[in-house]
This record gives sequence, structure tokens and C-alpha cells, in this order.
Amino acid sequence: MSEAFIELRNIGKRFSGVHALDDVSLTINKGEIHCLAGENGSGKSTLIKVIAGVYQPDAGEILIDGKTVRHLTPIESVRHAIQVIYQDFSLFGNLTVAENLALNTALRAKRKTVNWRAVHALAREALDRLGVEIDLTAELETLPTSGKQLVAIARALMSDARLIIMDEPTTALTGKEVETLFRIVRDIQARGIAVLFVSHKMREMLDISERLTVIRNGRKVVEGPTSDFDEGAVIRHMTGQDIVAEPYRWSPPDGAAPAPRLEVRGLSRPGHYDDLSMTIGPGEIVGLSGLLGSGRTELALALFGMQPPAAGTILIDGRPVTLGSVRDAIDAGVAYVPEDRLSEGLFLTQSIKRNILVTSLDAMSRWTVLDLAQGDRMARETVAAMQIATPTPEKIAGELSGGNQQRVVLGRWLLTNAKVLILNGPTVGVDVGSKAEIHQKIRELALSRGLGVLMISDDVLELAQNCNRVVLMHRGRFVDEWDGDAASERVISETLKTLT
Amino acid sequence: MALFRKSEVIIAVILLIAMIVIGLINPAFWQLDNLFSLLRSNVIIGIMALGVLLVMISGGIDVSFPAFAVAAMYLTVKGMIFFGHDGVILPFAAAATMGVLFGCLNAFFVYTFRMIPLIVTLGTGSMVRGFLLGVVGTSMININKMPDALIDFGKLEIISLTKADGTTFGLTAMILIYVGLAIALHLVLRHTMIGRSVYALGGAPEAAARVGFDTRKTIFFVYCVAGMLAGFAGLLHSGMIWLANPRDFVGLELDVIAAVVLGGASIFGGRGSVVGTMLGVFMLVMVKNSLIIMHVDTTWQRVVVGIVIVIATAATAWRDRKRRV
Repeated sequence: MSEAFIELRNIGKRFSGVHALDDVSLTINKGEIHCLAGENGSGKSTLIKVIAGVYQPDAGEILIDGKTVRHLTPIESVRHAIQVIYQDFSLFGNLTVAENLALNTALRAKRKTVNWRAVHALAREALDRLGVEIDLTAELETLPTSGKQLVAIARALMSDARLIIMDEPTTALTGKEVETLFRIVRDIQARGIAVLFVSHKMREMLDISERLTVIRNGRKVVEGPTSDFDEGAVIRHMTGQDIVAEPYRWSPPDGAAPAPRLEVRGLSRPGHYDDLSMTIGPGEIVGLSGLLGSGRTELALALFGMQPPAAGTILIDGRPVTLGSVRDAIDAGVAYVPEDRLSEGLFLTQSIKRNILVTSLDAMSRWTVLDLAQGDRMARETVAAMQIATPTPEKIAGELSGGNQQRVVLGRWLLTNAKVLILNGPTVGVDVGSKAEIHQKIRELALSRGLGVLMISDDVLELAQNCNRVVLMHRGRFVDEWDGDAASERVISETLKTLT
Repeated sequence: MALFRKSEVIIAVILLIAMIVIGLINPAFWQLDNLFSLLRSNVIIGIMALGVLLVMISGGIDVSFPAFAVAAMYLTVKGMIFFGHDGVILPFAAAATMGVLFGCLNAFFVYTFRMIPLIVTLGTGSMVRGFLLGVVGTSMININKMPDALIDFGKLEIISLTKADGTTFGLTAMILIYVGLAIALHLVLRHTMIGRSVYALGGAPEAAARVGFDTRKTIFFVYCVAGMLAGFAGLLHSGMIWLANPRDFVGLELDVIAAVVLGGASIFGGRGSVVGTMLGVFMLVMVKNSLIIMHVDTTWQRVVVGIVIVIATAATAWRDRKRRV
């Protein structure tokens, strides 16, 4: 039995009367990789902030090295060698890599002046320790997300940390970058440093950790060695319900095959994609996988009229269309759910109703005058059809949960009589429970309306479970394709890892 | 850092080209007395610009400094006359201290209520100016009443020359004060933790607090130093023009902000340098000066300043946006 580094006993924390944490206990042993699993809003972040000293618990006690710590402040927490790497990394985009690395040390030493030579020496040492090569004089902003994360990790290691907490570290990483991160995490562990890995991605948690704690609604549900769990078990604990995913299968209808919903022939845009051809039939859900920068988003933008292709033909229901603008695309029956729902897809400060109706203003107007009663009806029908959890369509979209927001975006397109639905990262930032429901909704839509769906995602499991066909894109070309049962998570993941 | 330098090089090149063009249109531009007078016009705007630069790097903006400058200047001169004081050091210390106090007011609202700096400084500037005119007075203090010590100080020159026609001209010694303050601010920004905290705050305020910067200290430092520079510049101005006018500096904020933005500071915060700002100030003063030499109406000068702001802001915004991608 290894020794505990930090022990949280029966921690409770309330915010304006609501229990964010209720009787939660968590033990992290020295040098172990521990996973904290939970859905959005389960209390994960609150728990991290208690350990980091940002929040003071209302109940319970904290022991570090077996000794009770009465009042854990952020400074105390750092003094006990606890380092948190937040999702936004707490780095400075306008400063150089070197300065980002050296700042904390200088602050801790309460320096008044800056010795640039020492800054560079310190930074070089920090990167060497991690075994990575990054230009010290580069402005941090110019690095890719994975580079920024490495800087954040290197910075955390500089302080002789004994526990590093990583909050959703893999969110913005590609498959290959996740591998690198895991290698580094194991490397950190080899030095006797404990890592608390906070995530809601099943596969990763099971891969990396030795022990696992699951919390739900502010309470600890279960904890134990990771080997005792499988994906289903973790999901069950996180959501409190069984979610069984049947893979989506589709076969062309008998008899005269209908024209494909979407067909592209020889689509090219120099520097982005080259000679792409594919068809999506009515009711088909085709997955598109590929690394960031493979050209998959550019293809989606071309199909939605935002970045017209340089060459090639797009056919919808067998008719060639020119998609020179978003307006063209909507008129042709293309619907697009963007990658970043919050900044591109939704008017957060506006009501659900307005968000739903925004693409259908023509349909609800007579002689250019909006028929508000008609709009009300349309919004109410959509809310019902999409099962959006809200008392009224007048509720502000920003107040909804991630899952419900995504339903609003999806629902909007039901009203435009879309024929082709393009989903870019449909469940990014949506917790497991709502995720399954959104997948269900997409399948229903594809079947009942005969939509042709193109689903772009980093989440290979999502593609494997919900697409009847998965296409792999790399450097602007389609390089592989799997049909039906051949499109398994393992096969796609393995292939992705071989790409460079 | 390389990019930083690059934007200063670009400004310097543009400045040089502009000087050559202006020199071609008007050969008198290169005459020593014109250059000296140009440098003289740099002093006040330049000192104020240093303060605005500091505020802009921290991610804020300051439109209250002309009011602070005029209040510190007018109150100090009034005080000097009232007490019959005829020194230099004490009055400048007093004006600077008043500037610091006014700056504290800005910092208090910005920090405590997390208010938008534009709104805060619009308000405090208006308040201070209103109080000055309403309570202290509206009458100008002319050369016959101005304390001699101030005037004599303002007359100091580094170089004094005589033209062929017998008129004399020179380079004001106030330029040394400007350059001295600029060097001091450069050293603070580049080589002290408080200076780096200003960049950190402007780059990522959340992160700055999280890594352990005392953001309250930084915000107070920024606005108080900006106020101090404004108060100081205000009094210096009255010494240089031998006049204390309580309605002075109206609309100056736009010129100064234009100069700072022209010097490569980002309106989003986190970027900017003293060298760039000094180049920006020189460019703006030179353009305005040339317009005067070319007998362009003052109303059109406002148009030019407006255009400079829009173009310079667009250019820096474009630069920062490109980096962010």
C-alpha cells in the first residue's frame, strides 16, 4: 500500500445554498496517476479548486503528508508543491516562451527586477527537463495548443511539484498529441510526482490512470483501481444510467436507388484539399475523420458556401448547385452545425425562439412582414421535436446546458427543410448523458427525414458508433474508407496514429 | 520579441519615408530651427503618451489625463502665486503628486468595481475638469502673473544658435526631461517585475492573478504613474508657453492616443514599447506640424488625426489578429 500524498476527507462546499460538493473524499497517493471523472457540472472543477486553495471547503478536512492543513490558500497549496494546469493554461500569449516559464519562479522568489539571461537559462533548463524543444524567444501565441500545453507542464515541473493537476488536458489535442502527452505524464510519474487527471473522456482515463474516482452531482460515486472498470461501468457511474450504443447501420433501399442527397466530384481548393469525391445517400451518416489541418473543416465550409471550392462539382439530390454563399447553401438545402457552437452557432444572449427562427425568417414571413404567431408556433414545435429542456422558448440560449444548446442549433435546421446536414464536432463539450441523446436525435433525423449527414469529429468512438461509413482525410485527400462493421474504433484510431 | 522589434523598425521606416516626402514638398522642413521646434512640440505630448502607453499595455485606456494635467497645472500655478513661492522642484512635485492622486481615483474604480477603463476615465476626467472650472476658476494666468521661476525653467536650452538675420533659436532643455522619463519607463517596463506585470495583466488578466501577480498593485501603479506623468507634463506645459489656461488640453487625448497606437501599442493590451511610442509621437507631431506649415486649416487637422487613429488601430489590430490565429 503506497502512501497518501493528499487526503480530502468528507469535503463539503456550498454556493448560495446549493451543494457543489457533498461529503466527497479523495485520496491521491504519492507518484500515482489518478483520474477524476465526472460530467460537466458534477463538481470536478470545484474539487480541483479546493485542492488548489482557491475555494475553502465548508466541511471536511484536508491532510497533506498525513498532517491536517487548516486553511489552504492558493499560496499554501503551491507551497505544498501542488500545481494546477488549468484548461486555459494560465499562460501569457503576448510574452515569450522563456518569460512564461520563468515568471512563476521570479514571483515566488519575490524578485523586483528581471535578469533576462537568468530567465533564458531557467527556461532552457525547464524545457530540457521535459525533453522537448521549443523556441524560447517565440511569442507563446504563435505556438499550437499542444506547444502551449507543454510550456504549461514544463512550468509546473519547475517548482519541484509533488502533485500536478491537469484539468481536461486533452480537449484541444489531436490523437498523436495525446500520445505525446501521455508519454510525458508517465515520465512525470516516474519521477515520483503524482498526477491528477481530470477528464470526461472514457478511453483516455482508462488508458492512463491507475486509480479512478468518479463523482456525480457533487458526490463521490465510486473509487478504485482503474483495472476494475471498463468504459460501460465508468459511464454508468458518471451518468447514473445505462447507455448502450447500437452502431448505426444503413443499407441502400431496394429497387431504384434514389439520387444521393449529396455528391461531390473532384472538389479542389489548392492548399486545402484536392480532388475529393464522395456521395451520401438519404439516411446515411458518413463520418469524416482526420487530424487538425487535414482539410476536413475546409471541406465543410465549401459545402456550406463559406469558402467556395476552386474546382469540382457539388450535386444535391442529383442537381448540380453552385454554393457561392451561405445563402446559396441554405437555399440548396445544406445545414451546418459549426465546430464552435458557442462562438459560431448560437446567439447566446438571445432567446431559444430567436435562435431557432433565425434561418427561417423567410418561411415565417408574408410579404416581407414577419408573422410572429407563425414564428411562435414553429419555435414551439421545434422545442418539442428536439426535446429541448426548457419551460419556454423565450429562455435565453446562454442559460442552457451544452447538450440543450446543441439541440437548439440542430433544431434550427429542421425548419429549413435541409437535405444535407453537416456536423462539425457535434458533441464537443457535451457531457456523456446528453451526448447519447444528441446522437439518438441525429440518427432519428437521418432516418425520418432521409437526411444525408456528414459528421466530422475528433472523437473516433463517436464516429464508429454513429456512422454507417467513415472516411479518413489526410493532407487534403480521402485516404481511407471503412464501411459498416469495418469502421471500428480500434481500426480508425490505429490508422490515425500512423498519419504524420 | 523579434516581432516586437520588427514593428518598431516598420514605424521607423515609415517615419523616415514620411520625413523625406515632407522634406521634398517643403525643403524648410530640414532646417535646424524647424527640427528644434518639432522636438519641442514632442515634449508634452510625449510625456503624456508614456503614461497612456503604460495604461494601454495593461489593457486599459485613459482619456482623463488631459483633465488631470490641466487641473494639476492650474492648481499648482494658483498655489505658487498664492503662497508667493518661486521655486521649481516643489511645484513639480506638487503637480506630480496631484496627478498620482487623480490616478488613484481611476485605479480605484477600475480595480474595485471592475469597470471599463474608458467609462471610468471619461467620468473622472469630466469630473475633475468640471470641478476645476466650477470651483477653482476659469480665468487664465498670463505671463505677467506667471511665476518667474517656471518661465525661466521653461526657457532653458541645450543649444542656442543665432540665425543670419540675427534672430536666435535653440533646442529646449525640456527634451532631456522627456528622454529621461522615457528611459526610466523603458527600464521599468523591461527590467522590473512590476513592469512585466503590466504586460502580463494586459495579455491575460485572469492568468496574471492566478500565477500570483498582485493585480491591484499593478493597476494602481499603472494609473497612478499615468496620472503623475500627466500632472507633471501639465505644469511643464505652462512653463513652456508662459500661460496657465484652465481650458487647455481639450481634445488632446485623441492626439496622444493616436500617437501611442501609431507607435505600435495594441488596443487589446499586452503590447507596446517606449521606443515605438516615441516614434509614434514624433510622427504625429511632424504630420500636424507639416499641415500647419502648409497652411492647412485646423479643422482638417482633426480629420488627419482621426484618420491616423483609424489606420494605425486597424494595422495593429490586423497584426495582433494574424498572430492569434
